[in-house]
Amino acid sequence: MSVEISSYDYSLVGKNSKLAEEKGLASAEWYSSPISRKRLKELMQRRDGPAIRDTLIWFALLSLSGFLGYHYWGTWWCVPAFFVYGVLYGSASDSRWHECGHRTAFKTVWMNDVIYEMASFMVLRESTSWRWSHTRHHTDTIIVGRDPEIAVPRPPDLVGIAMAFFSLKSGPKEFHRVFLHCRGRLTDEEATYVPDSERPRVYRVARIWALIYLVTIGLAIYTRSILPLMFIGLPSFYGAWLLVVFGLTQHAGLAENVLDHRLNCRTVYMNPVFRFVYWNMNYHLEHHMFPMVPYHNLPALHAELKADLPKPYNGLWETYREIIPALWQQSKDPTYFVQRQLPPGAKPLPG
Amino acid sequence: MKNEIKDGWVDACAVGDIEPEDVRRFDSGGRTFALYRSNDNKYYATDGLCTHEQVHLADGFVMDHIIECPKHNGRFDFTTGKAQGAPVCVNLQTYPVKVESGRVFIKLG
Ligand code: FES
Repeated sequence: MSVEISSYDYSLVGKNSKLAEEKGLASAEWYSSPISRKRLKELMQRRDGPAIRDTLIWFALLSLSGFLGYHYWGTWWCVPAFFVYGVLYGSASDSRWHECGHRTAFKTVWMNDVIYEMASFMVLRESTSWRWSHTRHHTDTIIVGRDPEIAVPRPPDLVGIAMAFFSLKSGPKEFHRVFLHCRGRLTDEEATYVPDSERPRVYRVARIWALIYLVTIGLAIYTRSILPLMFIGLPSFYGAWLLVVFGLTQHAGLAENVLDHRLNCRTVYMNPVFRFVYWNMNYHLEHHMFPMVPYHNLPALHAELKADLPKPYNGLWETYREIIPALWQQSKDPTYFVQRQLPPGAKPLPG
Repeated sequence: MKNEIKDGWVDACAVGDIEPEDVRRFDSGGRTFALYRSNDNKYYATDGLCTHEQVHLADGFVMDHIIECPKHNGRFDFTTGKAQGAPVCVNLQTYPVKVESGRVFIKLG
């Protein structure tokens, strides 16, 4: 069950960070649902085909919507075109960033790495520092003082959540980091999870980003139009809303400081269009338990583990009927959280 | 069961105990190792725990000559121990392996 951590200090360099270590919550062993090694090996098999197909479709849709946005620029018709372009750029990039960051989307390593760098830029997450941040998120999922990726710290900042739909908090924060990295520095928090050997890479990538943004801004000034920024830069803001809609379903309102992903992750059934945009990240609980299973096998992994997991959510509607009241309640009482029910017959928590 | 040791070679398992392109955990003398069988039926051994965090590689996934760690997908070439990039930055220790009379032996230093 959840381990008590005093006060809501989410800093990775604050007192809860030490406390999490003392209470055995840092780098701890997590519960795993039973599955035969043979079946898991089948599900872990890598393929290039599905991710190549999905990436070609993604590029084609980006090009088409981008072309229509350009073509109809100056008329109202460019609005739906950039609406689609923005979602593909600022939201679909989240799942590409995630799956390629784990290097499971493609079998071929360089394909994962190329798409990872590209998607990192689009979703506004510097590739190297965020790789390490996500590594920590997997080690210490929703452990207060350890996990740098807790989307909704308690008590929830409801205005901040509303701003997140257009990256209005995370965006400026990331640009500040890029600025620091360009100068060869990390934030104190980043210094807790980015090893020394990786730091030159962080600085190099930040300088490449800065160059791309400077060229785009230069082009906008030269052409006296924001059009270049509608393609590079701004879509990370105006297209980020769907990322937030999907992303909040992963952990918001659930338990903190537990060592069982069944209690702090959600699996949400989604339609095929959403699953294309989200690359099956809606099977989030299964992903956390077995991060070696590629996105295209997550539905099969879900079928395999289902009996040992809490009931999945039937769509975004059902999920938000839980999340919105939970966050509202947490804004008044930060100790409140949604207690997930394990199905009858599920293996009990260890310990 | 106590594993037989002769001239520093420890009897780890039978050849058939590891499937082709797979990995198996082997503990000896308070230490833990990972034993691999490649697709071409060659055997290899490395330290059993990932150099990033203390996670058993035997729960990982073997692809050709690569072992992928189950925790953060860090990869090593298990024939050389070489770390293949973030999040693994430190190489794995490897150990000599021989096969005799249907048994796999690992030479521990
Ligand atoms: S523990 Fe092996 S890659 Fe992190």
